[in-house]
Amino acid sequence: MTKNSKGMTLIVKTITRLTVGLILLYGIYIVLHGHLTPGGGFAGGVIIALSFVHLMLAFGKEVALKKVSRPIASLFESIGALMFLSIAVIGFVGGYFFLNFFINKGTPFKLFSAGIMPLCNIAISFKVGAGLFAIFVALVLLKIDSEDKER
Amino acid sequence: MIELYILLLFMIAAAFIAVQIKDLLSSIIAVGAAGLALSVAFLILKAPDLAITQLVVEILCLIILIRATVKRDTASTKDFRGFLTTIVSLVFIGVFLFFAYLALKELPDFGKPIMRVAANFIEMGQAKTGASNLVSSVILDFRAYDTLGEATVLFTAVIGTLAILRRIGRKKKDEVVKEND
Repeated sequence: MTKNSKGMTLIVKTITRLTVGLILLYGIYIVLHGHLTPGGGFAGGVIIALSFVHLMLAFGKEVALKKVSRPIASLFESIGALMFLSIAVIGFVGGYFFLNFFINKGTPFKLFSAGIMPLCNIAISFKVGAGLFAIFVALVLLKIDSEDKER
Repeated sequence: MIELYILLLFMIAAAFIAVQIKDLLSSIIAVGAAGLALSVAFLILKAPDLAITQLVVEILCLIILIRATVKRDTASTKDFRGFLTTIVSLVFIGVFLFFAYLALKELPDFGKPIMRVAANFIEMGQAKTGASNLVSSVILDFRAYDTLGEATVLFTAVIGTLAILRRIGRKKKDEVVKEND
């Protein structure tokens, strides 16, 4: 870690430029296939957060915060929480909490199946990814700012 | 099952190193090694969902730990350990091992017998929910209420962290707050 928070060396930056998109895509894949393969909303959300953390570690905080700033992270987290809660509450239309309200559940082993589960996975991934990224930004920015003040 | 025992011994050794080593960065790396071995142990026990989650959360925790602790000289361990403390620790460990042996002896074998509710989930899970991943059908359909509670816990944790660690605290207009890190 260099003293100025402009990121790491050229090697790290080049490798990051190649891999960060793949990591983000892998997280989205894990989220969308959560009802078919191992994984799900929580793991996929953490991988999505890790891709932005990777960006911030390699390029410094300005580049990553230009993509996702802290208010946007908070917004996405709130959207995820409200989406999950509203999916739960919509079930009351049919009688009980978390009713799997799609009549046709689709054929198994297909991407569009299992009723509300993909929606729940997407909501949880919004919540987890944005929340963990916000925690990371809060912890790291605090440190960088205190170092800046000392110099 | 022999590889599982090797992994368990490796994890115990890594935990010992993480506690006992002086250098802070080496200690964090030892914690990471223990976490990686735990992830592989989950894979051997046929729980891939848990293995993926353990792996990615471990990586995130390691990054946060490294960024938060390295370069901050908080390592002030003392070599002093009293005679009485050692005796008390040894007695406590002995009592704990004794009762753990008594309790664990009565446990049934791993995965057997299948309880009534679990058997119903395993048989009817795919037909009732349409999801081919059984773990997902349990945590998002049969037991979705628990998942909602867990999500609420995480939400509360994030709100608490952001509230404590925000940079701009509320203060009066002319008040000068002295900052000491």
